[in-house]
This record gives sequence, C-alpha cells and structure tokens, in this order.
Amino acid sequence: MMTEKELQTKSIEYRKKILKYIYGAKAGHTGGSLSCVDILNVLYNTTMNVGPENIKSADRDRYVQSKGHCVEALFVVLADKGFFPETDLETLCKYKSHYIGHPTKKVNGVEQNTGALGHGLPLSVGMAISAKLDGKDYKVFTLLGDGELPEGSNWEAALTASHYKLDNLCAIIDHNKLQITGKTSDVCNTDPIDQKFESFGWSVKHVDGHDHLQLKAILASMPFEENKPSLIIAHTIKGKGVSYMEDQIKWHHGVPSEEEYTSALQELDHTLASL
Amino acid sequence: METIVNKRPGTGQANLEVFSETLQKLAQFDKDIIVVTSDSRGSGKLVPFAEKFPKQIVEIGIAEQNLVGVAAGIASTGKKVFAVSPACFLTARSFEQIKNDVAYSDNPVNLIGISAGVSYGALGSTHHSLHDFAALRAVNNMIIVAPADNYETEQAITQAAALNQPIYLRFGKKNMPHLLPESNDFQFGKGRIIRNGADLTIIGTGETVHPALQAAERLQAEYGINATIVSMHTIKPLDYELIARLAESGKPILTVEEHSIFGGLGEACASFLMENNYRNPFKIMGIPDEYTVTGSQNDIFNHYGISESGILAAARKLVS
Repeated sequence: MMTEKELQTKSIEYRKKILKYIYGAKAGHTGGSLSCVDILNVLYNTTMNVGPENIKSADRDRYVQSKGHCVEALFVVLADKGFFPETDLETLCKYKSHYIGHPTKKVNGVEQNTGALGHGLPLSVGMAISAKLDGKDYKVFTLLGDGELPEGSNWEAALTASHYKLDNLCAIIDHNKLQITGKTSDVCNTDPIDQKFESFGWSVKHVDGHDHLQLKAILASMPFEENKPSLIIAHTIKGKGVSYMEDQIKWHHGVPSEEEYTSALQELDHTLASL
Repeated sequence: METIVNKRPGTGQANLEVFSETLQKLAQFDKDIIVVTSDSRGSGKLVPFAEKFPKQIVEIGIAEQNLVGVAAGIASTGKKVFAVSPACFLTARSFEQIKNDVAYSDNPVNLIGISAGVSYGALGSTHHSLHDFAALRAVNNMIIVAPADNYETEQAITQAAALNQPIYLRFGKKNMPHLLPESNDFQFGKGRIIRNGADLTIIGTGETVHPALQAAERLQAEYGINATIVSMHTIKPLDYELIARLAESGKPILTVEEHSIFGGLGEACASFLMENNYRNPFKIMGIPDEYTVTGSQNDIFNHYGISESGILAAARKLVS
C-alpha cells in the first residue's frame, strides 16, 4: 500500500504532467484537472480493482468520468498505471489522435465516451444495476463536476440509484465551487448538495479532496450505509497546486504561457522538495 | 428458433405484440436479455414478459434520458438490453443519450420506439414521432428499422438480439396483415420485394407498406398499372443496391412513410438517386411540414394520402 508521502509525490508528478501536456497541446481544462487529480490518484492507486491486466475482466471496478473535460488528469493517471505509453500524450488534441479533449473508449482504460455533462451518473447506475443483477461485487465510481449538477439527468439517475439500493455505486463531486461563468453558487445555486442527495436516498460524506489519507479512508468505507448509494462531496480548489491558478476562473481552460508554465513547474518542484 | 408468426393466416397481430412475444421466446433461453422500461411495460405489451422474467426487467419510471443512459450502462457490461419507450419520447427527449451513450460510446442498446409515427392518433403531436428517422439518420453508428408486418417484426427482434450493435426499431400498434404467406428473407439493410410490377416502384416502410400493396392490387385491376412494392424496413443502412436496380428502368418511384417528408426514407432515396444520376419521376409521400391534422391514425393517413386511395391516386399521376 502506498504511504501518504508516496501519494503526495504522485499527485505532484501528475500535476506537472497535466501542465506539460496542456502546455504542449495549447489546450485543456487546467483548473478542473488540477482540482480532481488527487481524487483520481487515490482511486486508481489505493481503491479500485482495475488496471491494464484486468481491464477486460467482467469483475473489474469501473470508473466513469462525468466531468469529461478534465480528461488530462485521467490520461495522466491512466498512463502512469500502464494503460498506454505516456508518450502517446504528446499527440493530445492533435489531428487523428485518440487523445482528444474528452475521454473516449479508443483510449485503453477509458470506460465510456463522456463530454456532454450529466451522462456519467446514469451510465454508472446502469453498470451498478448490472452488477446487482449478476450478483457480482465490483464497484462503480463516477466523478461529477459541481457545475454539471443542474443537468436534470443527474437527478433522474440519483432517484434510480436509491430506488435500486445501489450500495455498489459511489459518486464523487469535485466541489471546486467554480465554473466557466463564475461561482457555481452564483450561476445556479445547488446548495445544500448534501441535503438534496440525502433526501433522494443517498448516504453523503464530505471530505477534503486534496487530503489523500482522508480520501483513501472514505473510499474504503463505502458503502457508507447498507442499501444506499454513496456520495462523496470532495471539497477542492480549482487550479490546486499552482498558487496563481488557484480559485481563478481564468484557469478553467486557461493554457499557461512559457513563463507561466516554468513558474508553475518551479512551484511544484519546490512543493515536492518540501514533502 | 422456429418462425411461426408469418405462417398465421388472415389478419395479423400488432407488431408491438409480436415484439413482446418474440422477446419472451428469446428470454427463455437467454438470461442476458434485459428489458428497460419507463413506465411503458403496459403500452409496450410487456406485462407478460415482466411476469415471466421479473429478474430481466428494469423499471426506470418516467425519465427517458435516464432510461437510455442506464440502458447504455447495462449494455456496456455485456447484456442484451432492450430500452422500450414511446418512440416520440425515446428519440427526442433522450436524443443526446442516444447520440453519446449508445451510438458514440458503442453500447449495443436495442432502442425500441413503441407506438411510432402517428399511432397515438388523437393524442396529438406531443405523442407523434415524425422526426425519428431524420434525427437518427444523422447519428453515426445507428441502424434504423421499421418492420412492416409480424414476420419482419419477429425477425428484426431476433436478429437485433444477436447483433450486438446500436439499433433503433420502431413499431406501431395497428394489427398488420402478412405481406407474404411464406417468408425467410429478412436481413437488415436489404429491402424486401413484396410484389413485382414493371410500371412503377412504390417503396414503403413500416405500416405504410400494407396500404401501398392494396393500392398496387387496385392499380392493376382497375387501371392495368403494374407496381413493384418494396418493404424498405431498414432506413439506415439503406439498400442502395436494390434502389439502383429498381431505378434502372427509368420508371417512376414513389416513396411512402409515416414520417415527416423531411429527412426520412424519401429524402434518403432521393439523394441516392440524384447523386447517381437517376432521373426517374419521383415523389415522396409522408406527413408534410405543418401542424399535423388531428384525428386517429387512419384519419391522419387518409388526410395526407398515406392510404390505399391516396397512394393509388399519387401513383397514377406519377405514371402519367
């Protein structure tokens, strides 16, 4: 099992790679990738039973990224897990590359093509229902952005998840509290998210979405309640790890200049050295 | 599996009923067949299925976007999923789920549009699906099928279950007479010639093939005009080979569909004919671009000429 320091080290490496490939492609969703990468790190390195060796197995755990636009975080983690050579990411957003701005199944390790918002939860509910029908014990994880919560399909799927008592399903909200227009609470206030999901029949927990040990413990404790789907509200900071990007709307899909890129890497290296 | 429905004499059943019976036959031997419904098991004639196979039906409630998203998730695990909902809602409200979660993600869901076209009659335009061919033709990785009779329905469902590809099948609820006494020639993407005639070709699909056939009998008996009748059950991929063969003679071609005249069977045939330099006299029959007249399915068919007498008149005009 990985120690906290090992997980922290991985997250910094992931952040550097996210910035490297976004800088190289001159495109990407920088802020959201940096806010969710600790969650992906803990999921793939401590929680889920999935890897290149069992990706075809019917018993593998599943991960569906509903906030598909933060694909750079997913690609970097999948490359690290050995699903494909990291050099593939040099083609990010290039002509005829499968490594486009949203996840597609053409990339080994990606479960579903996402990008349109509000699709990950219904797909995950379907997978979780199938596990129940077959008496299989795999788990299904899905990552939602807080900005996509107004999509009605999320709430339709939230009803189905509790109706079918899907305690093999865990939704995680990357709650960085910003979207492209501004604060999520100003664009379309979805608070209190916990009470809404609880009233839909879910068991809800809050977590610091950058605290690896907290994330690991909470993910290991699912289902939070028997016969209920689990929701983790992960409190995160958009642009986490690069101080000038943190909590700034500009970095929703901002691409760093050469100077900004260098400065970000220096800061991340400094953080790495101080671990 | 033994085919029985096409051997029954006389008036057939509603294609919807045959859909349900066929699915029950398949489910007996295949526990991977899963039906997903949106409070639509009654209108989908699936109550007997639910009673016999309670572990093979997933009820979603009235939430069509979720119906298709969940169906795609289940299909991704290797199951043969039939997502059943009125065609009007299935192909409009869930369009993005069909486009992304089924077609683009290549999850092999069988999308079953029930009470399609104007089957709901006087319930009005909210319940009509006159856009489904057009909308889904523009979606990559989607087969579109409208069976004409009970035999085509049984074969379409049986073959769809084994196909493992995204497919949309639409059914009406009117009892459909058998077009041919004995058949064994159903194949997706291959139109069926129901009747041969040298003077013109009438290409129908779904519940419009039968009135076209009736019109053909009268054309011959009353006017000496011999029509070829085609059941073009697969709208996409369209049977270009057959259309080309029928167009070679230069004789008129008439298309008939329970769909908007925009973007459906007729325009699909027209674009093929134009691009391949066929200049046969040509007409598209269907529902025009207007607020659809109110009334029963028969009233609407009669109003717009999708009827024995309407097709007869259009065919005579086209031949002359």
